Amino acid sequence: MLNININGMDVKVEKGSTILEAANKIGLKIPTLCHIPEIQKIGACRMCLVDIEGNPKLQASCTTPVVDGMIVKTNTKKVRDTRKFVLELILSDHPTACLTCERNTRCELQTLAAELGVDIVPFRGATSSRGKDNDTLQLNYDGSKCIYCKRCETMCNEVQTVGAIFSQKRGFDSEVGTPFNLPFKDSVCTGCGQCVLNCPVGALKDNENIDEVWDAIYNPDKITVIQVAPSVRVTLGEEFGLKPGSIVTGKIFAAMRRMGFDHIFDTDFAADLTIMEEGYEFINRVKNGGTLPMITSCSPGWVNFIETFFPDLLPNLSTCKSPQQMQGAMVKTYFAEKMKLDPKKIVSISVMPCTAKKGEAKRPEMGRDGYSDVDIAITTREFAKMIRQSEIDFLNLPDEGPDDPIGISTGAGLIFGASGGVMEAALRTALEVIEGHEIKNVDYVGVRGLKLDGFKEATVSTQIDGNPVDVKVAVASGLGNARKLMEKVQAGEADYHFIEIMACPGGCIGGGGQPIPTTTEIRKQRIEGIYKGDKDMPIRKSHENPAIQVLYKEFLGEPNGHKAHELLHTHYTQQKYYENLKK
Amino acid sequence: MACECGNCIDYSVLDRIVEESRGKEGILINVLHSVQEHYGALTPDIQKRISDGLNIPLSQVYGTVTFYHFFTMVPKGKYVIKICTGTACYVRGANKLVENFVDKLGIEVGQTTNDGLFSLETVRCVGACSLAPVVTINDVDIYKRVSPKEIDGIIAGYRQKEAE
Repeated sequence: MLNININGMDVKVEKGSTILEAANKIGLKIPTLCHIPEIQKIGACRMCLVDIEGNPKLQASCTTPVVDGMIVKTNTKKVRDTRKFVLELILSDHPTACLTCERNTRCELQTLAAELGVDIVPFRGATSSRGKDNDTLQLNYDGSKCIYCKRCETMCNEVQTVGAIFSQKRGFDSEVGTPFNLPFKDSVCTGCGQCVLNCPVGALKDNENIDEVWDAIYNPDKITVIQVAPSVRVTLGEEFGLKPGSIVTGKIFAAMRRMGFDHIFDTDFAADLTIMEEGYEFINRVKNGGTLPMITSCSPGWVNFIETFFPDLLPNLSTCKSPQQMQGAMVKTYFAEKMKLDPKKIVSISVMPCTAKKGEAKRPEMGRDGYSDVDIAITTREFAKMIRQSEIDFLNLPDEGPDDPIGISTGAGLIFGASGGVMEAALRTALEVIEGHEIKNVDYVGVRGLKLDGFKEATVSTQIDGNPVDVKVAVASGLGNARKLMEKVQAGEADYHFIEIMACPGGCIGGGGQPIPTTTEIRKQRIEGIYKGDKDMPIRKSHENPAIQVLYKEFLGEPNGHKAHELLHTHYTQQKYYENLKK
Repeated sequence: MACECGNCIDYSVLDRIVEESRGKEGILINVLHSVQEHYGALTPDIQKRISDGLNIPLSQVYGTVTFYHFFTMVPKGKYVIKICTGTACYVRGANKLVENFVDKLGIEVGQTTNDGLFSLETVRCVGACSLAPVVTINDVDIYKRVSPKEIDGIIAGYRQKEAE
């Protein structure tokens, strides 16, 4: 341990800590813009400058390691004046039309300007002419607002290893962008949205579909059917001031009803359906020598990633559609038939933690007879915005439930929202089906939790046709971790039976469409909310969901049967980018 | 093997350079250097092939190409005219030389003439201040104490060479 003194207070910190970390430990909030705790320390924005005794120049506290006996002052006149000056320089090339900006009142730059008391922008000169991208389904880019903090670049390259964007050009022309400034959709971008989630300003944001949703609600000829993804119920509250992980399921349904949606459902139901299909697919593959390891396909950022970077492993990918698409398919077939509705009149809407879901909904193979399973996918952030536009007092809403007949869900469906949840839910069902009797333990804690670097592994012993088998599973979240795991599979170094991958660190609770900020600590609290919710559910296994049982009996037949295949399964194709570039 | 169609680019040299460098740390800039030297420019298509070969994201290759002044995405002319605009040359009228070259060649600094013969660039100090102002062509021919009046003659000399 090292002893240092910050602002007159003695602090003991571990060797290797930065001054910023030491200061945070004693409750000091040093301003930062380019810093992402544990992920990016580049000292680029110069907001976190501090005064170190004996050092003539101010130093960036996010990159300066603590030395024993160091005396640091974080709030002297010189420090404050310098930080303010630096901020004024950043603002000299940033639009000041805050009122009309997506991030108004939620912008890190705006907050700092207020905190540091910037009253005018004293330097006004040339402004940079960076590009715009309104052409991509999953996100929207406005380079004029970029402050060049590189948080997006680090998420895309270091964490997700996608490499769609990188710093380019130099000096005043510098920007973070795609090669040759192509639209994101023409780059290797997976649409995961981790760049959006980490943008401190409004340079990267949702490609919003809110107006389309309102139009559908107001159109008397349309029938709006909405679904909400598992993880949204533990994150949406943050948009209204609640603690991360607060469960607001009942208020979500109440809000939807008041906003005027005609039929209100829960994607948790379709998550149970996914487990039925995926669980039986897994059992088939194990019993009949199918391609193993089988890999989950719920996360559309991940599906884009494997289709782009590991096309040789596509046979390993489960053919199951994601819960969003299964729900949409059931809404436009089973539900429409049952309620005698014309599927062409139904507008199927989803509230997702995810920017990539917007792309998934638009895949041409996700529908039939000229209509899509899901017509509009909006993020948690967009949904929160709609609630605010509806003049709903969200926090004082009563708790309500979804509609029948596909309104029942289980704890297994709920835990889809956290990394490891699909695996755990699948094991709860698959092992009981394999063994043919009830298994009391439903908690597979080995696959739970936030693992930012690497992946989780577990082995579960069972019997298949009387023979003992150790089922080996692995769980990775974040595409960088997924890449490592896939390289092991390619190299033949992995003898797993079943792998779960989620594109975003921590799973959907850390999805690209979730409330901002999403930090490691917030991710952990949301995960706690998910498992608390699971524990409180009366039914915790997908195959015990009575609505699912009725669905198979009345409509689908057998899991993996003909009808199920037609409606609930899909196929994958290699994605190729940067073809036909200029010679 | 080079394709016979006349439109295709023979990538064999590029592929060899990439092959020799694959897996080495921090090799991108060296590869870009060698490839540009051979092909004259790092076109988008060439950058993609380097990206695939070295397993480095294309965004990073493009970012590097656009960061360094030395790298170019459009082929340079046969004769690259560099006007030194370092302090000594500047004081002795380098800016007049720039104006004149721009005028006579009909291109801006950083561009190449339509016939592919000349590219015009400025450089910071070539280390020959006593000869200021200095113009170099292809880093081989050095013109010292150049006056604007000589420019027509210099350009004509290379045009003549080509005509022969």
